[in-house]
Amino acid sequence: MATEVKELKWIGKRPIRPDGVDKVTGRAKFGADLTLPGMLVGKVLRSPHAHARIKSIDTTKARALAGVKAVVTSADLPELASEWVPAGELQINFRDLSSNILARQKVFYDGHAVAAVAATSAALAKQALALIEVDYEVLPHVIDVVAAMQPEAPLLHDDLFTEGVTPTPETPSNIAKRVEFARGDLEAGFAQADAVVERDYTTKPVHQGYIEPHAVVASTSEDGQSEVWCSTQGQFSVRFYIAKLLSMEISQIRVTPSEIGGGFGGKTTVYLEPLAVLLSRQTGRPVKMVMTRAEVFRATGPTSGAALSVKIGATKDGTVTAAEATLRYQAGAFPGSPVQPGAMCAFAPYAFETFKVVGYDVVVNRPKVAAYRAPGSPIAAFGVESALDELAKRLEIDPLALREKNAAREGTHAAYGPRYGPIGFVETLQAVREHPHYQAPLGPNQGRGIASGFWFNIGGESCAMLNVAEDGTVVVVSGNPDIGGSRASLAMMAAEVLGIDFERVRIIVGDTSTIGYTFLTGGSRVTFATGMAVVQAAEDVVRQLRERAAKVWEISADAVIWEDGQAHPAGANAGEFEPLSLRDIAAEAGKTGGPICGNASLNAQGAGPGFGTHICDVEVDKETGRVTILRYTAVQDAGRAVHPSYVEGQLQGGAAQGIGWALNEEYVYDEDGRLQNPGFLDYRVPVASDLPMIEAVIVEVPNPNHPYGVRGVGEVPIVPPMAAVANAIENAIGVRMCDLPMSPPRLLAAIDNGG
Amino acid sequence: MVLVGGLSQDFTAGESQIEVQADNVRRLIEALDRRFPGLGAELEAKMAVAIDGEIYQDPYLEPIDADSEVFFLPKIGGG
Repeated sequence: MATEVKELKWIGKRPIRPDGVDKVTGRAKFGADLTLPGMLVGKVLRSPHAHARIKSIDTTKARALAGVKAVVTSADLPELASEWVPAGELQINFRDLSSNILARQKVFYDGHAVAAVAATSAALAKQALALIEVDYEVLPHVIDVVAAMQPEAPLLHDDLFTEGVTPTPETPSNIAKRVEFARGDLEAGFAQADAVVERDYTTKPVHQGYIEPHAVVASTSEDGQSEVWCSTQGQFSVRFYIAKLLSMEISQIRVTPSEIGGGFGGKTTVYLEPLAVLLSRQTGRPVKMVMTRAEVFRATGPTSGAALSVKIGATKDGTVTAAEATLRYQAGAFPGSPVQPGAMCAFAPYAFETFKVVGYDVVVNRPKVAAYRAPGSPIAAFGVESALDELAKRLEIDPLALREKNAAREGTHAAYGPRYGPIGFVETLQAVREHPHYQAPLGPNQGRGIASGFWFNIGGESCAMLNVAEDGTVVVVSGNPDIGGSRASLAMMAAEVLGIDFERVRIIVGDTSTIGYTFLTGGSRVTFATGMAVVQAAEDVVRQLRERAAKVWEISADAVIWEDGQAHPAGANAGEFEPLSLRDIAAEAGKTGGPICGNASLNAQGAGPGFGTHICDVEVDKETGRVTILRYTAVQDAGRAVHPSYVEGQLQGGAAQGIGWALNEEYVYDEDGRLQNPGFLDYRVPVASDLPMIEAVIVEVPNPNHPYGVRGVGEVPIVPPMAAVANAIENAIGVRMCDLPMSPPRLLAAIDNGG
Repeated sequence: MVLVGGLSQDFTAGESQIEVQADNVRRLIEALDRRFPGLGAELEAKMAVAIDGEIYQDPYLEPIDADSEVFFLPKIGGG
């Protein structure tokens, strides 16, 4: 597929977003907004212990309370075997997922769900939770990832034997998996180096921080059909998970995604949805469940905290001769941290000939991690990009020049295996070099850092449908909840192919019964993969429009071309006819064959990898340890920006989240493993007043596999910020921060200790 | 043909580069499974394939040329 060179009417423009009015007027319907007649309120009883054996659960008193209609525990869920089942492009162990939504023999973290109730009011549901008697045998717990890897650590699962080690260990441990990516002779590589930097780094687990808590309404009828409305990144994933967890047929479940108030990867799994269906099934009434913010923090997936060791060596001219990293990622209560993609991303921006990355997936007494933008990559990049900065300083080389010297280009074998096609990493470095920010003067205690980042981007399965109305307006149906502006980008691509005004295209997000299977909104796939489906569905409409015009003109469809939103005779031999617009053809559709509807389904391959480089200026208050972000520029290759404002928004949002990860965000546990800061007051995400305007610079190296050159953009921007901030702090005051968050007390302590 | 990622190398006794004759991905996986029993299911469930740099997340009938460079690598999801 070649990128089109002809001038485009809509791609690259900035039309008003289709969902804008509803969002600014409060009319948009989010997960908690739906109310049904006779609806019950569902609530969840959660473990107060970080690790405990459940000796018994007595629900008698709760069931006896007037107004309580159902109480469920894990005994109400089918027993599932431990097996990894492909779920779209993900691997899910449904036994673990089942144990996460309702604990079985043990609870594994503070906040782990133990039972759920449905009652006629929220107050009664809450009262019922207090009447459930759970007898726990409290067990020793472990949260720190390095501590959890020790042989003497409290063991979470006695049937967990490290995968990826030959022979498989005979004793269980908390290390679920070992992965390794390596190339070349490491020892020889380091022997060639003139300078070697070797450091240990730690990162804290952070929450995705979506503003909208998880929310669901489920209604199950007497014939076993369930309807579910929820806030999710993937209605088809919710449908599949519910079917597996409750042993239902997929066709018994219809899932409608609500408007979504943020997900960032955290809404790619289920917590409440199967419980709401279960409670609805037992009561025969609709059940609504909405998490509190505290529940979101205590029980839903953060990303991993980690401990990394990074060693990089280079010759005097900056050529990296060897690089080594060991990544230890918390998985939470069940296996499945993003250490594997983290290990694949660690050195992905660079053309290192010799490297080794080893990763460990480690279970600890925290909530099971969930995806968070570019899962695994930001953690690895914090270590690698910090070490590269230190190496540049050691070699007295501009850190940008060091990256330019070693940058991956088209044809480079990626550290995770295959050769890169056309990529835009070097172009992002060039854009940084040419940007006024990179040379702007700095004052006392001010410093500048740069860092780069990578994400694969993915394609996957998508469907799209285009319905042409009688007046020639068009409705696009997509199967992807709109998180980052996909309604706009998909409608723009449809308008581009059809040659009509963007305002004449409306787009809706279909439920699981109105559109074919579409993999979830994640992995920066929607504008790429579902965009390709929309383009193909629009091309299907164009084919039909040409056929209808041919019927009107009584010529062959091959003799009709579609240009600028009109059918034209292909040439003089086709005859002389006045052009027919989409509106003209739609008005007569009944006479020429009936309604016009375009469809496409595909499994999109060839997602173009994404690269970004960020520049960060900070000022450090050496008296208090406070870091102020003075200026921030995020540069990224978007392939082709369909709607540049949305691309800029992705870059700004990712950078803001990364800055929070760098400076403030962390969970605070007491000595019993209970979370002490489950709210935005104490878990500090950056707010507008904390940040300068983040400048977004879009580089465009088109992806040849997409008709308009699109690459996904949502993941990469969260990868560079932590190292960019750390490098800027070092540049400002000469203190190398290796532990996140670089909060005032931690930075002050580092300053006091002389760095 | 190259395997990466460590996990599937459990089946190949650590061998990471293997010569196999096959003209598409399905036949390649079948051939590998014949030589290393159990590897086929592992590859189908957990791995994507890159053929000459192009990554296929759900590979099946993608053609492989005699001089193609083929990598199996873990499937990627995302946030």
